[in-house]
Amino acid sequence: MTTIDLRADEMAPSAPTVLRGEIGMVERPRRRWLPFSPWHLLLMPVAFLMLVPFVWVIMTSLETLAQTQHFPPILWPGSFQLNNYPRAFSSVPFGTWFLNTTIVTVSVVLSNLVFCSLAAYGFARIKFWGKGIAYFFLLATLMIPVQVVIIPTFLIVKQMHLLNTLGALIVPNLANVFGIFLLTQFFRTLPIELEEAARIDGASRLKILITIVLPLSLPALATLAVIQFLWTWNDFLWPLVTIYKESAFTLQLGLMSFQGSHVNDTNLLMAGNVMSMLPMLLLFIAAQRYFVRGIATQGLKG
Amino acid sequence: MATVASSRPGAPSFARRALRSDHLAGWLFVLPSVFLVALFSIFPIIWGFVLSLQKASLISPNRPFVGFDNYTRIASDPRAVKAATNAVIYTSLFVPTSIILALFLAIALNQRIRLIRFYRLAVFIPVAVSTIATGIMFLWVFDANFGIANWALGGVGLGPFGWFDSPTGAMPSLVIMTVWGWLGFDTIIYLAALQGIPQELVEAAAVDGASRWSTFRNVTLPLLGPATLLLVVWSTISAVQLFDEVYFVTKGGPLGATSVPVFYIYRLAFTSLYGFGAAGYAAAIAYVLFIVILILTLIQFWLGNRVVHYSS
Repeated sequence: MTTIDLRADEMAPSAPTVLRGEIGMVERPRRRWLPFSPWHLLLMPVAFLMLVPFVWVIMTSLETLAQTQHFPPILWPGSFQLNNYPRAFSSVPFGTWFLNTTIVTVSVVLSNLVFCSLAAYGFARIKFWGKGIAYFFLLATLMIPVQVVIIPTFLIVKQMHLLNTLGALIVPNLANVFGIFLLTQFFRTLPIELEEAARIDGASRLKILITIVLPLSLPALATLAVIQFLWTWNDFLWPLVTIYKESAFTLQLGLMSFQGSHVNDTNLLMAGNVMSMLPMLLLFIAAQRYFVRGIATQGLKG
Repeated sequence: MATVASSRPGAPSFARRALRSDHLAGWLFVLPSVFLVALFSIFPIIWGFVLSLQKASLISPNRPFVGFDNYTRIASDPRAVKAATNAVIYTSLFVPTSIILALFLAIALNQRIRLIRFYRLAVFIPVAVSTIATGIMFLWVFDANFGIANWALGGVGLGPFGWFDSPTGAMPSLVIMTVWGWLGFDTIIYLAALQGIPQELVEAAAVDGASRWSTFRNVTLPLLGPATLLLVVWSTISAVQLFDEVYFVTKGGPLGATSVPVFYIYRLAFTSLYGFGAAGYAAAIAYVLFIVILILTLIQFWLGNRVVHYSS
């Protein structure tokens, strides 16, 4: 099937431009029967529907409790209750949950960058006994649905005495097959001559990986990092089964318990929700091209 | 390079040669990952099958074998049948809706018009929102008393609807919420596929006098075949495994209207709702689900490959 050229950034202007994050556009001869493109008639309502939940949640987070319990809904609160945010933040240990999630996410992203780079270099560049079968088995695990492995993995993590610790969320996710696949595909597209020259000069393979291959692979590494960040930050099922102590909650578990305890304080609930979404939304807007590329790569992995 | 036995005088020691050998170097590079994947994916899949043959609980180490009892129990378990039925309903609503919408949106978002960056961001951004945050958002938008959905629909004379609170409305509401969350993902994949279509083909069709519609129907659409097949397979797999939204938003209700297989598996294994010792039974359901997903995927690829043409 399709192989993906992640170096589209630097190398191939003809490659699918979506992979550059900058999605290209198609020029068409225009027949003007409207003062604007008819596509706006479709896209404007769609954009409205996609964004209206966000706007409504933000507005609610700035209302008084009485205003939230009003029908018809108050779409524009006259005065903004900005102190809903500090109130929501201090009513539950949001700070701890935020810190926990950050520790878990950063550890998982960093360890994936290291382990996946190492493995991908081995698979892409070194001939060794059993390579084909090892790679096949790794890729085959991508087919395994999470619910099949969740019960045994829970027992393994319990055996390791990691339940209710952040370790339960980090250790099973240290290396991800998707990352190995993505980097292997990318390393294979790099020109091998530089590496061969370095080999002749006596450089070790590890040194070649660090000084030659990785610096050429920054777009692929960034793609892996943001996708892994998104998965780990927003993960729910695995934290749900392994963590039940509030001090070790991730943001998602905390948000759930916050919702449970503030069902009727809609304004505070929405303020907490906005705070929980904000880091990921800002990262998405800042690194949109890498998210887009990461998703397009997932799409092509079949 | 890899000969092991060599008695030539002055040859480097075995250890030195092993260190230089590609076989050892290769394994050293891949070993950490292979070990982790073996421990946390391959071993669990074997253990999961063993558990499915046992009467097992997550707290007691005592797990007597019961043969295939756990498997034969599934068909006569009304809760399992209900969960399977709900999964079929959800999947047959979610998959076509999300894919058809994504196709239209990808074509629209591929145009060179003003505000296109804004439109793309609007469609893509729910991808960054967690299922819990999405759930809180939609519980509020679809709030039966104070939500804007009922207000807006009331303005055109529809409703009020019960949304997640209503046994007939909960499933469609779940579909709307998850389509909102996944649309960006599907659209990005279609956009990537659209931009992989060689412009010469589209131009050639135009030169030959084909209308826009005919070009789309006969050139673009067939070339989107592989992406469509992939999205059908992918969306089906994730739809059959729906969990987060059901657990958080509807809790399987009302009246079991949204109980789905993974939700039932979770309740059996990790809660005491259906008694302890149900982890083995849960593992059996998980295995059946795995087989069903595998078969569905194979059928989809088999059917798909008869229809879809791969270029180059």
